Amino acid sequence: MKPFEFITAVDEHQALAAAARAKFLAGGTTLVDLMKLHVEQPAALVDINALPLDEVEELPDGGVRVGGMVRNSDMAKHPLIRGRYPLLAEAIVSGASPQLRNMATTGGNLLQRTRCYYFRDTALPCNKREPGSGCGAFHGYNRIHAVLGGSEHCIATHPSDMCVALAALDAVVRVRGRGRERSIRFADFHVLPGDRPEREHALEPDELIVAVDIPSTPFAVRSAYVKIRDRASYAFALASAAVALDVRDGAIHQARIALGGIATKPWRAHEAEAMLIGKRVDPGVYRAAADAALRGAVPRRHNAFKIELAKRTLVRALTRVGAMA
Amino acid sequence: MGADSSVAIQVGAPRVEFAVDVTLTINGKVAHLNIDPRVTLLDALREHMHLTGSKKGCDHGQCGACTVHVDGRRVLSCLTLAAAAKGKHVTTIEGLADGGELHPMQQAFVDHDAFQCGYCTPGQIMSAVALLGEDCAPEDDDVREGMSGNICRCGAYPAIVAAVQSVRGRR
Repeated sequence: MKPFEFITAVDEHQALAAAARAKFLAGGTTLVDLMKLHVEQPAALVDINALPLDEVEELPDGGVRVGGMVRNSDMAKHPLIRGRYPLLAEAIVSGASPQLRNMATTGGNLLQRTRCYYFRDTALPCNKREPGSGCGAFHGYNRIHAVLGGSEHCIATHPSDMCVALAALDAVVRVRGRGRERSIRFADFHVLPGDRPEREHALEPDELIVAVDIPSTPFAVRSAYVKIRDRASYAFALASAAVALDVRDGAIHQARIALGGIATKPWRAHEAEAMLIGKRVDPGVYRAAADAALRGAVPRRHNAFKIELAKRTLVRALTRVGAMA
Repeated sequence: MGADSSVAIQVGAPRVEFAVDVTLTINGKVAHLNIDPRVTLLDALREHMHLTGSKKGCDHGQCGACTVHVDGRRVLSCLTLAAAAKGKHVTTIEGLADGGELHPMQQAFVDHDAFQCGYCTPGQIMSAVALLGEDCAPEDDDVREGMSGNICRCGAYPAIVAAVQSVRGRR
């Protein structure tokens, strides 16, 4: 690691005051790892672990607010999350390991960096890490890379499972800067790489994620997260699907679908959702929706398999949720 | 000569840039450290406290060999900065035994021969002890999932699962 100054914030005011020159340190599971690799070289860290942002609470409208510093393991086991948003609880426990989930926070998970090998190795070119240096993955080994949302400058996959479920749930990210507070729709929080892959989200440098609000979604009790990876556990997704279905008398009234492991940001599949509305719960319909979700996918040399894999993953998730009582 | 010896003293005590004072409790004993903020909890334990039971495997949060308990929860000490553990209670493998009596999980690992080279074992045991207090379903597969963050290159997994299940009363 490069030398850095360590600042401990006892309250939010101190954290925000230091933010102009320091990076926030929460769980550290991504940041400390990348500092060891010299991918991240902050001049200072401000430790925000003492901030009281670790509550999960019900909102007056029936939604749920999850504090920015709630640990992933605590969110996944909270009755409000487990009971109302099974797809979210399942997504979280499918990610990383118990030790990492005990450390990682809501805010940190939103800002998780890609596992692209070229991003993580400072000897290789990467437009995200070093703008203008080129994309090593584009013509290199790109088996784990994105088939949706990429550009000629970057095809790095967004690694989070939690974010895929939050995308399906239309979550809202609440952030505070010095003297201002605002809400960012989940769909607007992460941005496509385009020609500026170093820019990954809509946060200003001195803004802190204080909470994520999950809207009341009664039909999400009927939901699931399906994740396919190279080994049975403790691996990033090759493809994943978060699905919730509102089924009444055998017909689909509402659908929520988001995909992970295949796109440059948590990928909401609105077209696939629209195809399901008014249809009977039926595997033939699921396959058509999966085709719609992957329409426009661009395969690279080593990741073409992900298109079919993602379709089958989504069909499996829809089948599981469609069969729920 | 006098001037030379004062230089020698300075070389022996280099100034650490951005050094921070950290007080934490390790296995019930209070420790005061003045350290470079780059020092991880793992390096603080091994290099500063000389508690070498916690192992450095990958040093990137991918193997679990460095697993310790912080305030009763299992975490990875290689991705925890010691400065961020200020005021916390840390338990390492050295703190598990009660005097000369092994923790039941340590004894179970011995009884089930749940290791070969032993390098991952401290992390495995710290993880397994924490698992006892977590919401883990009863089957072997549930233990496999709960222990998935601890890699064993010797492949002692069947015996590790058996050891954990024996302490849980499932074998």
